Amino acid sequence: MTTSRAPSHLPHPARVANPVLALLMLLALAAATGLGFVALAPNRLLEGQPVPLWRLAGTLPAPLLVAAAACAALLLAAAFAPRGRPASAAAAASRMPAASRMPRRQVVVAAAAAALLALMLALAGDAAARLVREALTPLARVSLGAGFWVIVLALVLALADALQRLRLGAAARVAASAAALLPALGVAASGALGELSLAREYANRPDVFWQAFAAHLEIVAAALLPTLAIGWPLGAAAFHSERVARPLLAALGVVQTVPALALFGLLIAPLAALGLPGVGRLPALIALVMYSLLPVVQSTAAGLAQVPAAPVEAAAAMGMTPRQVFWQVRVALALPLLVAGLRVCTVQAIGLAVLAALIGAGGLGALVFQGLFGTAMDLVLLGVLPVVALALVADAALRLVAAGLAPIAP
Amino acid sequence: MIEFVGVTKAFDGQRVVDDLTLEVRRGELLVLLGRSGSGKSTLLRLVNRLLEPDRGELRFAGRAVREFAPEALRRRIGYVIQGVGLFPHWSVARNVGTVPRLLGWPRERIEARAAELLALLGLDPATFGGRYPHELSGGQQQRVGVARALAAGPEALLMDEPFGALDPLTRADLQAELLRLQRASGQTVVFVTHDVDEALRLATRIVLIDAGRIVQQGTPAELLARPVNEQVAQFVGGGEAGLRLLALERVAGAMRAAPAARTTPLPTPPASTMAAPRAPDAPALAPRSWPAISPDATLRDALALCVARQVDRLQVVDAQQRVLGTLHAADLFGRRR
Repeated sequence: MTTSRAPSHLPHPARVANPVLALLMLLALAAATGLGFVALAPNRLLEGQPVPLWRLAGTLPAPLLVAAAACAALLLAAAFAPRGRPASAAAAASRMPAASRMPRRQVVVAAAAAALLALMLALAGDAAARLVREALTPLARVSLGAGFWVIVLALVLALADALQRLRLGAAARVAASAAALLPALGVAASGALGELSLAREYANRPDVFWQAFAAHLEIVAAALLPTLAIGWPLGAAAFHSERVARPLLAALGVVQTVPALALFGLLIAPLAALGLPGVGRLPALIALVMYSLLPVVQSTAAGLAQVPAAPVEAAAAMGMTPRQVFWQVRVALALPLLVAGLRVCTVQAIGLAVLAALIGAGGLGALVFQGLFGTAMDLVLLGVLPVVALALVADAALRLVAAGLAPIAP
Repeated sequence: MIEFVGVTKAFDGQRVVDDLTLEVRRGELLVLLGRSGSGKSTLLRLVNRLLEPDRGELRFAGRAVREFAPEALRRRIGYVIQGVGLFPHWSVARNVGTVPRLLGWPRERIEARAAELLALLGLDPATFGGRYPHELSGGQQQRVGVARALAAGPEALLMDEPFGALDPLTRADLQAELLRLQRASGQTVVFVTHDVDEALRLATRIVLIDAGRIVQQGTPAELLARPVNEQVAQFVGGGEAGLRLLALERVAGAMRAAPAARTTPLPTPPASTMAAPRAPDAPALAPRSWPAISPDATLRDALALCVARQVDRLQVVDAQQRVLGTLHAADLFGRRR
């Protein structure tokens, strides 16, 4: 590798092949050298002392380190090396269209990033096992350090950037993302992470975790059903009449600006007046529905309005009844946007449902707040990570649905 | 078939259709010709009750249109618009089957009918039936639009500038197709356009509309030969009324037929003499190599060929290279006496 690793040594910034990737890799390198890779604490409640990667390097298994270094070198090369190949290959490559050369580089970047992600997890798991074994007390905990998280963030962004540049279709994009995460999931499933504090928190009470997980899904589903049942008709009404649309969207906009906690508080009095409990599932669901209505109503009204005039007019002129025109043409053509609205409100509800735990509704938020109040940060993580994963899965799934519904070129 | 009786329609106090009376007869291809904003599209939309008149009455098949349920009326009247308006989420076959489905035909009959119509419009049903509208060219889309309008065998077909958005070659193709279909089937068609050449080419009768009133009506030849006023002459003739008159007639109707014995295959002349325009000082062509023209070409094409090749007669030759007769340039003039 003759290329310098520091971009300041390059004569022209334009020679950096991929500035985004270069920046991310430099960030990851800085985090690997300057920040704690894991943190070691005497017990689960005390703050840990950061342990940087270089202090661990001597004890970690050499094959993992070599593989990680190789992946990192590959990513750096892809970021900095100019597009050309060694002389003979470059001559051949120059005859190929640029499009057929670029993707190969992105595939390499994606694969290297995915592999490095899994290797980082494996290294962290191995370090945790070693540190716990060497510690003075069996209560010692090893959690993931700031450096680890920065590296993971940089790698995930690099992966996303590479997949973006491949310009895949919606389905291929989701499949590629899933495939890229498989190695990391494999490491997690292998039990190699068992000594990490996060895993210990899970192992303490797996039944509580899964109950919270199920409760979270229940809350989201129970909020989405009434949201759609109310939101779609309201959206259609807003589309049909400007007189309905303006006050309705204004009111929902106001709700959206009320902080979630304040809304929970505001609901207590009116619910009490109705003889209903001010805490628990019911007020949480009411608040979630109120928040979720805006994206659904807005996207429904906008989706119905953006349907081109020609097919609607043709449908009426063919002799469809107004009801047939609405369902067979207008709604059918608005479906991709209706699903987009559903996607936004689902992802939002998955996140907001965390707060519902504050008024006793349960769900993954219960783990988060238990962790926060008890300063057990890994319990917080145990609650937050599945929420993030759920949101990503819901987003990807509904994007797939929307893509499947639209065989129509714009 | 369709009657307008003293129909008036105004938008924002502006009379777009003004006390207009007109009868569309069964089997004719009536062209409503006028400038943009002359009210011709409004007339069409009054027929299938996309609009209601302010005054006057419309009749369809002998009954006032307001006695029909709008949906029932529209299922009996085909409608083709400039934007095509195909349903982008339905396959071509499903688009074509729209009205039969609304009428509750059995599925096999709908499918057979869609295939039949696609074939009629020059689209292979096996190739195109399963495609989506965005996979078709503009011309193909409009063919599907016409097939959809004809699917349930409508008693009348309304066409609102259907070919306006197409390129000239595609437009000419579709005009020829419509002409062939309409003359063969006797389908009643009301066709709206602002394009004079299109009107002259397609119409059995032209109704010239201005400011919501009928200015003149008649066959294309009548409008060209006897315009009621200078404006009509200007709009319809546009300085080339004579050429447009020639464009209305075919070579076959003006040629001097060869004796039957002489309808023998013609020795094909060398390609070079066919293609290159003759230099003005070259010797006169031998009688046997007059330029050839198809009997289906218009007299306007024939005149153009005479001028381009500097000759005063053409040999009329059919697709099998048989000589049918000769066309003398002199016969293009004085034919109307």
